[in-house]
Amino acid sequence: MSADTNATPVLAARELTKHYEVAKGWGKPKARVNALNGVSFDLASGQTVAVVGESGCGKSTLARQVTLIERPSSGALLIDGQDIAAADTSQIKVARRKVQIVFQDPFGSLNPRKKVGTIIGEPLAINTTLSRAERREKVRWIMDRVGLRPEHAGRYPHMFSGGQRQRIAVARALTLQPKIVVADEPVSALDVSIQAQVLNLLMDLQDEFELAYLFISHDLSVVEHICDQVMVMYLGRAVEFGAKETVFAQPRHPYTQALMAATPHIDPEKRKRRIVLSGELPSPMSLPDGCAFHARCPYARDDCTTLRPELRLVDGREVACHHAENIDAPGRDSAR
Amino acid sequence: MALVEIDNLTVEFGAKGDALRAVDGVSLSLSEGELVGIVGESGSGKSVASLAMMGLIDFPGRVSADRMQFDGQDMLALPQKERRAITGREMAMIFQEPMTSLNPCFTVGFQIGEALKVHQGGDRQSRRKRTLELLDQVGIPEPAQRMSAFPHQLSGGMSQRVMIAMAIACNPRLLIADEPTTALDVTIQFQILELLLSLQRERGMAMILITHDLGLVSEAAQRVIVMYAGQVVETGPVPGMFQQPRHPYTAALMKALPGEARGQARLETIPGVVPGKYDRPTGCLLSPRCKFATDRCKTAQPSLIGPDGRQVRCHTPLDADGRPT
Repeated sequence: MSADTNATPVLAARELTKHYEVAKGWGKPKARVNALNGVSFDLASGQTVAVVGESGCGKSTLARQVTLIERPSSGALLIDGQDIAAADTSQIKVARRKVQIVFQDPFGSLNPRKKVGTIIGEPLAINTTLSRAERREKVRWIMDRVGLRPEHAGRYPHMFSGGQRQRIAVARALTLQPKIVVADEPVSALDVSIQAQVLNLLMDLQDEFELAYLFISHDLSVVEHICDQVMVMYLGRAVEFGAKETVFAQPRHPYTQALMAATPHIDPEKRKRRIVLSGELPSPMSLPDGCAFHARCPYARDDCTTLRPELRLVDGREVACHHAENIDAPGRDSAR
Repeated sequence: MALVEIDNLTVEFGAKGDALRAVDGVSLSLSEGELVGIVGESGSGKSVASLAMMGLIDFPGRVSADRMQFDGQDMLALPQKERRAITGREMAMIFQEPMTSLNPCFTVGFQIGEALKVHQGGDRQSRRKRTLELLDQVGIPEPAQRMSAFPHQLSGGMSQRVMIAMAIACNPRLLIADEPTTALDVTIQFQILELLLSLQRERGMAMILITHDLGLVSEAAQRVIVMYAGQVVETGPVPGMFQQPRHPYTAALMKALPGEARGQARLETIPGVVPGKYDRPTGCLLSPRCKFATDRCKTAQPSLIGPDGRQVRCHTPLDADGRPT
């Protein structure tokens, strides 16, 4: 999608869709939650695609499809050129080794009853036939890479601070030397000074191992720092997708603009004209007609309520908005 | 005469002689209509300090202060019953997680009415009317229907609005907001902040905004207090303090923000972690993590000094170019 991804992507999603059925009570028909409604993107080695959006927009569902925890309802997912929809169980098992995940909460994602060395070595024990000694050697090597000392292997997770625990989670994700790492809000549970340490670590590891990151976050300043491309999602669809520089310099979708304006800044010059969004995210069980965003959009017109906008190329990035050209974008330069 | 006057507030937990000082000598003065922000990382004591002001620290915790006055009354000397009458009426608090601070067993209308019943009395009809009014003021659509909703039926943003309604029910003169927007989505965060600020301006309330988000404080507050490991390390007016931070910790925190380091490949970090109970350094609490630390920093604790309104706890505060003096 962007100019510098002419190499074959390690991860490609085409019209990825996921619906969940939920019971509404005895005797009532089941309702359908449209969590993901057709998302397409490419991710190349050494690149980072950031997925931004509020809770309920489908970012975590996307992570679950990409990490093969769940199978998509429809659409194609290609990992390293292999179509997952057509793959059998043994092929999926191999594919799983190429995708690993770092979760949001380092306090909940590490088993408190296992030692750190065991936690980090577990993917090896499950997926490889390495001997115990070889595994220990590998664990030691990866711990060194993420900045943990060898003696930490014999300790339990509760003995570590949040930042250290996130290092353990990163080490666990990297033991199998995956090509793709999905980072689901990896720093949002951490303090500012610790957050910077973990972000630096993630970037160093990306350079060292040529990792492809799918970086999920709601914090735009973190996203702007780490990603190459950014995808803004709303109700299971991408509303704006493009290179970081293009999107951040002048967002074209009203939702992206509102998100950026809502982020507080220390520097008064970086603050933007406020766009107050009324209301909240509609329920994914009953998607609104037309543009999913029309009820909260300050620029909504008649056609927005009836016709769903598709992604189209405007100004160097893809936008799903009928009026993208006509919206004056409060870019970085205009103070509020 | 300031509304709140606190001198040397200290909160300790654990056995005497081997206690953990969660808050260590915090002083604060706040007039009516003023908005002060308290920033700090987790473990800096900002929440415990505010709980102590509200009188919500229970037995094993020990609160002491040279002076703790609210509207001229000495809060520490006041009998428990009289103090309880002030808490919730004259001073109110909004907590971080709206989902867990509301009681799941009662409707939101009942919970707001409860605050009114305890503090203002009145009959059921007038309380109901007032509850409706409050829900309307905090921007909840269809307040009459929402009154009979249970907390699980509301979204995070709506629950936080209910919490705000509850806090302002008795027209408090001091509102303490402890991370009021942290658990919410970005666009909702902004709605809630706007609501809080407009209520504060309309009513001329004094407000303490506790957060870890430097951006939020710099946009909302008039004055800011930076806390580290239970101590105030720097305090000053906004935006002056963020334009020229004088304490190395404030400066480092600002540089660690991804949004402020645009164009740099790496973020500046503060090595190490906040000291706990057993690794508290003898000198300046920041000295093991500070890149400007000298021998003196490692042995002698600096005190909070400086001209009125702009104080720094550092032996070698930074100058305009960010170098130690």
